Amino acid sequence: MSNSTASSKKSVLWDWLTTVDHKKIGIMYFFGGLFFFTIAGIEAMLMRIQLMFPEMGFLGEQTYNELLTMHGTTMLFLAAMPLFFGFMNFVMPLQIGARDVAFPFINSLGLWLFIFGGIILNISMLAGGAPDAGWTAYAPLSTTSPGNGVDFYVMGLQVAGAGTLMSAINFLVTIVNMRAPGMSMMRMPLFTWTTFVTSMLILFAFPALTIGLLLLMMDRVFGGAFFDTAMGGNVVIYQHIFWIFGHPEVYILILPAFGIFSEIISTFAKKRLFGYSAMVFATMIIGFLGFMVWAHHMFTVGMGPVANAIFAVATMAIAVPTGIKIFNWLLTLWGGRISFTVANLFALAFIPSFVLGGVTGVQLAMSAADYQFHDTYFVVAHFHYVIIGGSVFGIFAGTFYWWPKMFGYRLSESLGKWFFWLFLIGFHLTFFIQHFLGLIGMPRRVASYLDGQGFNEMNFISSMGAFLMAVAFILLVINVLISRKNTDNVQDPWDGRTLEWATTSPVQEYNFAQTPLIRDLDALWYEKMSGNGKMKAAEPLDEIHMPNGSILPIFIALGLSIAAFGVIYSAWFVIGAGLLLTFAMMFIRSIKEDHGYHIPVSEIKKDKGEG
Amino acid sequence: MSHVDPSAPLEGGPSKEEERKLKRESRSQLVSFMFMIFITTTAFLTVASDIVPTGFAIPFVLLLAGIQVVMQLYNFMHMNEGSRWINVMIWAGLFVAAMTVAALAVLIGIDKY
Repeated sequence: MSNSTASSKKSVLWDWLTTVDHKKIGIMYFFGGLFFFTIAGIEAMLMRIQLMFPEMGFLGEQTYNELLTMHGTTMLFLAAMPLFFGFMNFVMPLQIGARDVAFPFINSLGLWLFIFGGIILNISMLAGGAPDAGWTAYAPLSTTSPGNGVDFYVMGLQVAGAGTLMSAINFLVTIVNMRAPGMSMMRMPLFTWTTFVTSMLILFAFPALTIGLLLLMMDRVFGGAFFDTAMGGNVVIYQHIFWIFGHPEVYILILPAFGIFSEIISTFAKKRLFGYSAMVFATMIIGFLGFMVWAHHMFTVGMGPVANAIFAVATMAIAVPTGIKIFNWLLTLWGGRISFTVANLFALAFIPSFVLGGVTGVQLAMSAADYQFHDTYFVVAHFHYVIIGGSVFGIFAGTFYWWPKMFGYRLSESLGKWFFWLFLIGFHLTFFIQHFLGLIGMPRRVASYLDGQGFNEMNFISSMGAFLMAVAFILLVINVLISRKNTDNVQDPWDGRTLEWATTSPVQEYNFAQTPLIRDLDALWYEKMSGNGKMKAAEPLDEIHMPNGSILPIFIALGLSIAAFGVIYSAWFVIGAGLLLTFAMMFIRSIKEDHGYHIPVSEIKKDKGEG
Repeated sequence: MSHVDPSAPLEGGPSKEEERKLKRESRSQLVSFMFMIFITTTAFLTVASDIVPTGFAIPFVLLLAGIQVVMQLYNFMHMNEGSRWINVMIWAGLFVAAMTVAALAVLIGIDKY
């Protein structure tokens, strides 16, 4: 029964390639996301250099289009989402007191599909041109784009999207089924709740993207006519399909950040989160309304006044639950003993920054006014305010907050404060000015502008801010490299409130030697206040069953990637070979008996220092 | 090595309560099955017969289809067991999809409002 493969016998590389441990998968998601974040950041830098002066010849128009497409696509699909997935994977099972996620194998498959999808998308730059139709890839621009760029976009996102969908289903089942005794839904930490709602959004939204990309693929590669008006197709329907996915997507990007901020603000204010149930409810309402407002991206497409009005009102309704959340954070801080750590600084800076983005969002939601704003830099300023001021601040806050738990050393606070202030100033310098650029009429997605239109100074200032952000990010990387000696006080450095701080740092493979018993919201804090500071055990110390690692996910993802290249270059043989590899690996997975292994009690006792 | 359910008891039959539950389930399965066949037959007859006008037949058949979907989910796909989240998500997904389709069909379809 116990064909135990102790991790000490495996080489490090083999261990990481075959792992099904949610913590290692989370770390790989995190670094994959960081890698693509860097690439997309460099793309943004190049664009800001091109826009520094009027009629600059730094980049060609085609290159500029490719860069803006890749910047958007990479930042959303390959940077922000994986970084959040990294935190979700690492933290969420710990927060609910689970030993692992519900489907460790599928979790690993999701990770490798994301990595391979990202590679497919980025190989396009070396293979004769990246996608150039914007991250939205509107038809007919995308269906008539020459070369293979958009095909890479379609197939890369298809592969990465499949992985995302798998991970989301895995998170949903984990949260529904794997909670420790006493951990009712309304005792779950907010980050777990936002993970849950985000996964629901992914589950309902990503199929729409899958279909949209499929139709695009049919039109481009297999001679379809879904979006060819000459053949009776309809181009507006592509926008509808895309935004039916795309609007929930932007809430997928912000809700996990809301969760991270809820954790951080209540931890560093030393107070229970104000209005917990209202926060949960607001999260669900935001998630639900996210599906009801997609057409506000298309006010100028000619939908008709009644439709515009309905979608405008629905969009403004989202401001209500979001406002509830903002006030709950403020009231959590109210009267708390606030400590200004880097993580909390990001959380505090998030509130005004995100509100600014929300205000411009409500402005954009007024359909009549949107005829002025549409496709100007005002829109660019708005979504960078919510995505950087919300999601990216959330990622940085989570990075500083959970780093000791994930890597066993604390990031330097002093260098972190430099990073925070430079990034904050750079961010506002870059994007605040863009509101006015948009209001005086600078269109978005243009490679250059003429002199004498009043755009010069603002664009120059904007570029300076972008460089400041780049410098700040370099400081973060330096911080990661030089802080490795801060290995003291990593188990519970912030005097945490939730379960993940009840484990050792770095976390044992099995998370908890004994499944903890949860007696209240903020379970660890309750034990600190009313117990002995340690979690009560819900079970006797016994041997722990663990799943075996597997190399199959990499090959399944590889097969799909080969098939994707076959589609891009219309090579039937390659499509067949890739799919054959994938299905062969799935077949092996299905018939191979794999009962996992058991960790004996002696080893657990040794880890606890009782052996 | 056959697949043995590790949680099942190794010997002895089911308990009295278990037996009653199984009986109840098999009866409800049979009744539901008959009802499904009846509904399907009704739908076929509705379309086949000349008595029922087309304007009534289409919504009526769609209504029967809706009833069948719900029965299928609850009686044959065990949606009444397990977690309530399954119910929440299926219905939420249906609702979201219905709203989306309705918006696309009514508001921004052929006639724009």
